[in-house]
Parts: sequence; structure tokens; C-alpha cells
Amino acid sequence: MAQKKSTFWNMLLTLSGIALVAAFVLSFVEGQTKDAIDKAKTNRELEALAAVVKPFDNNPFAEKLSLPIPHKKEKLELYPARKNGVVNSYAIKTYSDKGFAGRIEMIVGFFMDGRINNFVITQSQETPGLGTKINDEKFKAQFHGLYPGRTVLKVRQDGGEIDAVTAATISSRAAVDAIRRAIDAYHNFYTGNK
Amino acid sequence: MDKTSLQNLTRGLVAENPILVMMLGMCPTLGVSTSALNGLGMGSATLLVLLFSNAAISLVKDIIPPLVRIPSYIVIIATIVTVVDLLMAAYLPALHAALGIYIPLIVVNCIILGRAEAFASKNTLGQSLLDALGMGIGFTLALTTLGIIREILGNGSVFGLSFLGEGESPILLFIMPPGAFLALAFMIIVFNHLRKREAKS
Amino acid sequence: MTYLLIFISAVLVNNIVLSQFLGICPFLGVSKKISTALGMGVAVMFVMTFSTLATFLIYHTLLKPYNLEYMTTITFILVIAALVQMVEIIIKKASPPLYQALGIFLPLITTNCAVLGIAILTVQKDYALLPGVCFALANAMGFTLAIVIFAGIRERLAYTKIPQVLQGTPISLITAGLLSMAFMGFAGIGR
Repeated sequence: MAQKKSTFWNMLLTLSGIALVAAFVLSFVEGQTKDAIDKAKTNRELEALAAVVKPFDNNPFAEKLSLPIPHKKEKLELYPARKNGVVNSYAIKTYSDKGFAGRIEMIVGFFMDGRINNFVITQSQETPGLGTKINDEKFKAQFHGLYPGRTVLKVRQDGGEIDAVTAATISSRAAVDAIRRAIDAYHNFYTGNK
Repeated sequence: MDKTSLQNLTRGLVAENPILVMMLGMCPTLGVSTSALNGLGMGSATLLVLLFSNAAISLVKDIIPPLVRIPSYIVIIATIVTVVDLLMAAYLPALHAALGIYIPLIVVNCIILGRAEAFASKNTLGQSLLDALGMGIGFTLALTTLGIIREILGNGSVFGLSFLGEGESPILLFIMPPGAFLALAFMIIVFNHLRKREAKS
Repeated sequence: MTYLLIFISAVLVNNIVLSQFLGICPFLGVSKKISTALGMGVAVMFVMTFSTLATFLIYHTLLKPYNLEYMTTITFILVIAALVQMVEIIIKKASPPLYQALGIFLPLITTNCAVLGIAILTVQKDYALLPGVCFALANAMGFTLAIVIFAGIRERLAYTKIPQVLQGTPISLITAGLLSMAFMGFAGIGR
């Protein structure tokens, strides 16, 4: 078949045709993958949750509460984990906008006495192999069982007591920032509950 | 397999390797080669896009007027990249998260448009697929090798398995940006040296 | 203050080429002479700022309200391609000398992943309009700075005796690596 001539109508028709097919294909694939993407996201969230709270048998996401942060407009979400109907620990979804490449989202778990249990990064665009190390056990271990208020929650470079990940100070700082945001919200909730 | 087909298939592996010889697709090469697994993942995603785009373009090449060739190719490629992006988000969420912004940027990877323009727009479906396969595998091999080198030197591990003892630290420089340039430079030196020796013997 | 931070961060600390690896192709390709490198840099500044403005508006007026975020990549690349063509035509008519200087770089910019990358990053990072455009301009300036310095070094390298195995690409990459190492010294400023 000979090549088509580049007349105005030929060009217009071809481009519109291609754009139409493209739009159709994309909306079809989007429709097909939407559930799987959502499911992958929920799975990831449930997995993250399980890593930061005690074993539970309820659906903590269904019981979420909105926690105000003192002196700020925004709110964080809190998920209570229950076993046999009794709350045994809490998880808070928090974030920081101070990441190396944008927003970092994480979920932080608290014991009933206010100590931090663990945290998991759920979303970040940090540099693979560098900034992503804030999700490694080596960095996280510093927070296990930590009483907020007894430790200066800053990285060592800023005069605190947290060792930043080597060569990823900015990411470490962002992680600490997110954790502090969760602590602020939880503290309010905790003292209000007493 | 006849001789031309074989040539089209193997061209991308060594003689016209996209990374080591043609210097195409350098952004993802340097950006995601921090670990072997990332390199392999990015390479496979690119291979997939390349296969589909070469196939699509070799099929529609005759109905596209020459003046709007490039815009048409870009739309086709962008569609395929988005499809791969969505599929990865749905079925390989961990890898999708690790590769981040470099997945949508496959659109502007010069290898894809380059092969579309230089090969698929002039050849049949079968040959275009062979070309895509060769180029894609050549890209993946080089990217994974670079990932392995940087991971061993910079992180002390291979495919995520650490071999460092307690208290030993890797040469962090190699997973940082300068390390990407340096590691690739030395990889090309070794590659050129091996090829020269091959040519002599 | 925020704007100053955006500029310092994008130009020096997180330099788009030397630490984010966007726009490597033109960085290695058109950096043999300072004058061409500067031309490319200015062309990128032009296109990146305007394309980010255009894609930002489209994202927030069309894609987001109608839940069409999955169309981001395809829309943005088309907008950029169209914009580059338009800029080329306008410059050609309005200012022939400018066209002479920038003309050959404009078509190359469509496939400059830095432009698409910054457009996507701007909406991903949830910038407001003005900071977003500043972010794009700052990144483009970072690109220009990197490519001009790199071209300066390469002009000098041309007069140097380079070991045969290093000639060509390897020495360029090593130079870029050292430059990137130098820029790492800026890490921590402004954060």
C-alpha cells in the first residue's frame, strides 16, 4: 500500500482516529485495572497496619476516627485495633511534605500507654536504595517502644537523638517530621481519653 | 531463521546496544540502576513497551501521512506506556512504587521513538518484533548489569541479598548520583575493550 | 522565602540533571560548546516554564475534576509537543534572530524527558500555580547551569591528551560524575 498524502483532511482524520482509539483503549484498561489497583492499595494498607499494631480481629479501617492536630487545621486518621472487642493498640496515618522527592505517607502504631510500636512507609518517591532506607529495620529500630517526650525527636544533625540514614538525611528528617505529626495528634487524643 | 531476521534480533544485543553503544535512554539507565532488581524491572517494562509500540507502528505505518508521523507515534507510545503503567500498578505494586516517575517517562525514552522511526516505520510486523526483542533485551541486560555493579559496590548486596558482615559498610557513593555516571563510564570502557579484543582475534 | 527555597533546592541541591537524571540526552548530546549549550539551556527554560503552566492548568481544570488522572502522561506529552511546535512557529515569525539561535534545539526538546518529568512532578508534588511555575523555571535554570558548566569543561578537555580507552563517552561520563559529586556539596542547604 502506498503512503497516504499529507493533505489537511488526511492528517486530521488520522490523528483523530488514533486519538480516539487511544482514548478507548485507555479507558478500557483503566476500567479493567481499577479494582485490582484499589485492591493492591488496600492490601498494602492492611499489611502495613498489621506491622504496626498488635494482632487484631476487627477491620480497623472501618472504625477510623478523625484526629485534630492542636493549632492546625488538618486532621489525621486513627485506626483502633481490637482483639475480641477490646482495643489493644492504635495506628495513625500521617505524612510529611519534607521528603526528598515530595510527600511521604506512613502509618505509625502506638501502644495503649502512648509508646510508639513501629511505623511503615506506605507511599513515597524517595530515591531507590537511598531515601527508601527509612523503611528499613535499621532505621525503624530506633523508634520501637520509644516514649514520645523522653527522646528528642530530631535527627542528630539537628541536635536530636535519632540517627539519620547515611546519605539520606533529608528523607530521615521527613520521616521524623511525619512521626512527630502523629505523636501530636495522638497525644491530644490520649490525654482527652484519660 | 534466515540471516536478516537473525541480524535484526541480535543487532541490539552488542553491536548497536542501546545503552553501551547508542547512548539512548540514559535517564532511566542512570536513574533506576541503584539495584539489580530495579534495573531488571525497568528493563522489562521498557522491553514490553518496545514490543507493543514496534508492533503497532509497523501495522499502521502505511495509513499515517508523513507530516503527522511523529505526533501519531507519540500518541501510540504514550497509550502503550500508560497501559503498562496501569497494569504494573495493579499487579506489581511494589515494583511500580520503586520505579516511580521513570515509568511515565518511558514515553520520552529515545529508544522507543528511535526504533519506531528508524525501524518499525519501514519494516514488517515480524521483523519489527525481532528488532524490539533484541533492543529490549540489550537494554535490559546493560541496565541489569549496571544495577548489579552499583548494588554490589554501593549497597553490599546482590538482588537484595546482603553479603556484608557486621560493621562493614559499602561504598555508598555508587548508589548516589555520581556513582551512576562513574559506574556506567567504567562499564563502557570494559565493554569497548572486550569488543576490540574480539575484533582482533 | 518559599520561592527562594524552591530556587536553591532545584538549581543547586536537587539539580535536575546531576541528581535527578532528567534530561541526560541533551546534557551529553549538545554540550560540546558553551554557546550551543547556552542556546539549549535558554530553549529549555522557555519551553519548560510554559509547558508546566499549560499542563498545570489542564490537569487542574480537566483531568482532576473528571477523574482522568490516568490520562496524565498522554495529555502532557501531547501538550508539550504541540507547545514546542507553536513556540517554534511563533519565534520564526516574531524574531528571526532568536529563531536562528534556538531553532535547531526546539524539536529536540519534545523528547527531552526533563520537560515531561518536571510537568508530571509539579502536579505530583501538589504545588499551587505560582510555586509550580517557579519550580519549573528553577529546574530549567538548574539544567542550564549544569549543561553550561559541563560544556565549559568539555571545551577544555578537547585540548587535553586523554588516554585512548577513555576517549568519547567514558570521559564525558566521568566528567559528569565528578560534576555531580561537586554538586553534592550543596546538599543540606535550605532544608
